[in-house]
Amino acid sequence: MARLSPENEVLARQIIGRYPRSRSALIPLLHVAQEQDGWVTDDAMAHIGELLGLTPAEVLGTCSFYEMFKREPVGTYLVNVCTNISCQLLGGEELLEHVEERLGVKAGATTPDGLFTVEDVECIAACTEAPCLQVNYRYFHRITHAGFDALVDELRAGRLAEEIPPHGTTTRIRQTVPAPRWAGVGAEGLPPEIG
Amino acid sequence: MAEQTEVKTTVSITIDGRTVEAQPGELLIAAAERAGTYIPRFCYHPRMEPVGMCRMCIVEVDTGRGPALQPSCMIPVADGMTVSTESEVTKKAQDGVLEFLLINHPLDCPVCDKGGECPLQDQTLAFGPGESRFVEEKRHYAKPIPLSDLVYMDRERCILCDRCTRFSTEVAGDPLITFVNRGNATEVNTFPDDPFASYFSGNTVQICPVGALLARPYRFKARPWDLDQVESTCTACAVGCRMAVQSSSDAVVRHLGIDVDPVNWGWLCDKGRFDFEALSDEGRLTTPFVRREDELVEASWSEALTRVAEGLADARDRHGAASLAVLGGARLANEDAYVWSKLARSVLGTDNVDAQLGDGLPAEAVLGLPRATIDAACAAGTVVLLGPDIKEELPVLYLRLRDAVVHKGLRLIELSPTETGLTRLTAASLRHRPGEVAQLMDALLAGGRGTRGDGVEVAEAAALLGDGPVVCVLGRASLAESPDSVVAAAGALLEARPGTTFLSALRRGNVHGALDMGLAPGVLPGRVSLDDGRAWFADAWGSVPEARGLDATGTLSAAAAGRISGLVLLGADPLADFPDRDLARRGVGGAGFVVAIDAFLTPSAQQADVVLPAAVFGERGGTTTNLEGRISRLNQKVTAPGSARVDWMIAVELASRMGADLGLESLEEIWDEIERIAPSHAGLTSDRLRTSEALDGLLPAATADVETEGAPPTMSQVDEPGTSAAAAQGTDHLPGNVQTEESSLGTGTGSGPGAEGSEGAASMAAAFGAEADVADYGEGTTPAEGGGEAEAIALTADAVAQGASVGEPSGGGTEGASEGAASPRTIRFARSAAPSGPPKIDSYSLRLVSGRKLYDAGTLVQHSPSLAGLAAAAPLRVNPADLHRLGLTSGARIRLSSSRTTLVMVAEADLGVPRGTVALTFNQVGQLAADLIDATMAVTDVRLETLAETSRVGSRSSRRESSGG
Repeated sequence: MARLSPENEVLARQIIGRYPRSRSALIPLLHVAQEQDGWVTDDAMAHIGELLGLTPAEVLGTCSFYEMFKREPVGTYLVNVCTNISCQLLGGEELLEHVEERLGVKAGATTPDGLFTVEDVECIAACTEAPCLQVNYRYFHRITHAGFDALVDELRAGRLAEEIPPHGTTTRIRQTVPAPRWAGVGAEGLPPEIG
Repeated sequence: MAEQTEVKTTVSITIDGRTVEAQPGELLIAAAERAGTYIPRFCYHPRMEPVGMCRMCIVEVDTGRGPALQPSCMIPVADGMTVSTESEVTKKAQDGVLEFLLINHPLDCPVCDKGGECPLQDQTLAFGPGESRFVEEKRHYAKPIPLSDLVYMDRERCILCDRCTRFSTEVAGDPLITFVNRGNATEVNTFPDDPFASYFSGNTVQICPVGALLARPYRFKARPWDLDQVESTCTACAVGCRMAVQSSSDAVVRHLGIDVDPVNWGWLCDKGRFDFEALSDEGRLTTPFVRREDELVEASWSEALTRVAEGLADARDRHGAASLAVLGGARLANEDAYVWSKLARSVLGTDNVDAQLGDGLPAEAVLGLPRATIDAACAAGTVVLLGPDIKEELPVLYLRLRDAVVHKGLRLIELSPTETGLTRLTAASLRHRPGEVAQLMDALLAGGRGTRGDGVEVAEAAALLGDGPVVCVLGRASLAESPDSVVAAAGALLEARPGTTFLSALRRGNVHGALDMGLAPGVLPGRVSLDDGRAWFADAWGSVPEARGLDATGTLSAAAAGRISGLVLLGADPLADFPDRDLARRGVGGAGFVVAIDAFLTPSAQQADVVLPAAVFGERGGTTTNLEGRISRLNQKVTAPGSARVDWMIAVELASRMGADLGLESLEEIWDEIERIAPSHAGLTSDRLRTSEALDGLLPAATADVETEGAPPTMSQVDEPGTSAAAAQGTDHLPGNVQTEESSLGTGTGSGPGAEGSEGAASMAAAFGAEADVADYGEGTTPAEGGGEAEAIALTADAVAQGASVGEPSGGGTEGASEGAASPRTIRFARSAAPSGPPKIDSYSLRLVSGRKLYDAGTLVQHSPSLAGLAAAAPLRVNPADLHRLGLTSGARIRLSSSRTTLVMVAEADLGVPRGTVALTFNQVGQLAADLIDATMAVTDVRLETLAETSRVGSRSSRRESSGG
């Protein structure tokens, strides 16, 4: 169970510095933690609490509110299969069954190799392209069973590594914001009540 | 303050067709309640910010744009607002809310602690639909999970009202419980493996409107309709929180906080809430013991009292009255303390009495400094903290100060040797070396000039301090140093900022009452010095000792030297509680004849010649005095175990066996005598103590009071468990569904804050303070001045108002005082010279700080099973730089030596401890800071060594104890 790595702690402090109130950095830091481990560990939450002057309970309260912060380990690829109305009418449930059969795990579980986690989700806002699914929140439209099998093969072979980074990755090119452009900071620097 | 202007200061609203006046800005739900219309609610609590979470209080409100449903806890009143709390629309909405709240509620009322006093139950009956359309399976969770050692959580019952989570965040400042997850899965929980370890966790159980939060010590103990209750005052510390003491089958099973505006606002700390377990502990003494052939054996009261009377009389006759001493008394009620004070002075003939065990402040400082109230401190712009960690020692005072800082912009300036629980809330927090607070105060008052090193910080703090009067919270930050420095600091502050008032931070239950009653050397009842009051009290009592006696340190030193031949321990346990265990051991061991009057066989009692079992809190009535000087009633609820007796009765019996009649046969008689002859208490008649005004406690006139702004929040019936929504406001503070013994309560007619007496008192105090300013500083206490002046000072505001005069003393059977004798004036603080510079320290030593934690190895905690486990062993806390310098790492086992002894313990790094200082909690389980401390030294220096080294350990410092006090 990992706290933030030294590099990520540096990053975290940079992020905290962008906000007039350190508490505002809570969600960005949860992203950093999820990016580091693929999910948000308890230790990372405690560490974030230390960095922000919050109790771990306060961090947990926010973290647990958001479905997309995972507090259990998930596979490298999180497969969200939609079974809401449009997808259901066009074979979403059958697609989910196929996915479960192909990967050998039920919805909510992770394959033994730690590569795939399957989730049965509500509408993901692509009804015109039903049935659809997401892999790490990247859309795959009008998926057939054969199409899914091919997708799995591509993922296993690593041929989609460019398009689909591991779960938790928020960005591969980290934006850097020059200090004068930080929130609430004018050309003359930090206002006195913050500095 | 009647305004003569025509400006309307209230707004008119119409509630169910009735026009009522409301305060601008007041919430509709509160305004309606004041006007007698109860709107049902769960999440609203008058002592917390509204959140509009439960929707139970929705009513139809029309502000001119047509009626609409609105949560009445979220909207402030506005002129012309029309409210319907009983319309069809409102009823339907309330039905709907209750039906929804009950969807997942398990309805396991028959096995729920809250059943019978549950707002959800009561309001469902009063406002609910009667049946539910919901037939599906309810949500299931594991039944109660522990949130902490004291509080359990039943998530199935929870209605997510946000009261407990708001309390922990807003009021206690310990946000350790929170809403976890979202939607239907939302639950209140802690972070995994991070328990709800707040000193105030029990309050969440009390304010929970359902049975979701449960107190372990009360769980399954009783049903509300089996409970019997009285209103009383907590004596676990000196804050004096009002609370309901509830019992079942003659055993106390629960304490509930009562909302009184000047003191505790309904809150209690967990120690005060759960320490009732000690009352029924198996270790309670139930019968007297007498030492026979080196063994304590059970004896009858008659035999034991005879033995005590003979022992003390024998000691007095052979070695003189000055060889007798009485230690302790802070456990007693005021009446007990008075009777013991009278017994010691007039029958034993000794002035060697001390309610403090070397852990307090000189009585002259506590009684003589101009006093502040908690409200005054909270309303002051600036409060200077000179004393202990308030969060650890006086937890509910911490809540009040925290509230003032967070919500009212109070500025705290802290002068302390280490970080405290309040440090995070301070505007400036300055560190001083142990024993050097007077030097830091001088620097602060000089604006930071002339300080070394941290001059900038001091200058910044000085700017915050300003030039005007402040309120100073004054106590002992560390038991490892003498109180001289902090008293000097207080004197300097008072001189530099005239008008400054002081709030005592002494922590022992009724220590302020004991001091008021003269249980301190050189002090007589009514805040009068021995010199000033000698004639007056000699009249009243027959005789008063000639010379000032010894304090606890002096008494124990004298006893160690064989000069004390009769020692009475009045609920005192020097062996565990005195800061210097070596001196305590030699003192108790060296005293000729030792009597212990206690509830438990404490280490000191085990060495006594006679042990008498005492009735304690909950088992006896009387009055108690809190740190403001506020006097409030204690009421008896249960029977003392075995033949345990009340302390004043023991004193009266003892006197009669020594051939004296104290002339006191009931609590009322005792109080009447106190009121008659104790100058500070004149006017506080027992009749006044029975009025509803006294439910909030009465302040003696000498205590300044301020008027707080705005109307105090009202505590509705439903906010207390056990009150039915339909019930009208009761005649007292007590929760409703529980039996009340009328006889023990008096007949209150309301529960308004104790404002009466304070207005007049304030003006008197102002005159008093001003007079004291010009007359007394720097000159020392002058003997009694002109009678007129003395009388004016002694008269209380009430006495003035009623044209009454303070009569002549006539207690104790001695009638015929000299004509027109005025009662003596009360003590005024006289500034003494500051201690001459800081004590020198060698470069190998570190200076020890020893403060207390809430849960310690004390009797009350250790005999309360639920609390005992919370008193964890505390390590030595050292600045990381000092650890590094010594080649140690945090968690290392070390050897700690002082001039007294050498101990082995664990050292931990703590940035809150400055370099050159080490901190060791006093009186912790398995760790004995008192072993290290030499009470006769100004400070305690220690050396720290790794366990591997052994060579230097034996070399003790050559300092020896210097004097016997």
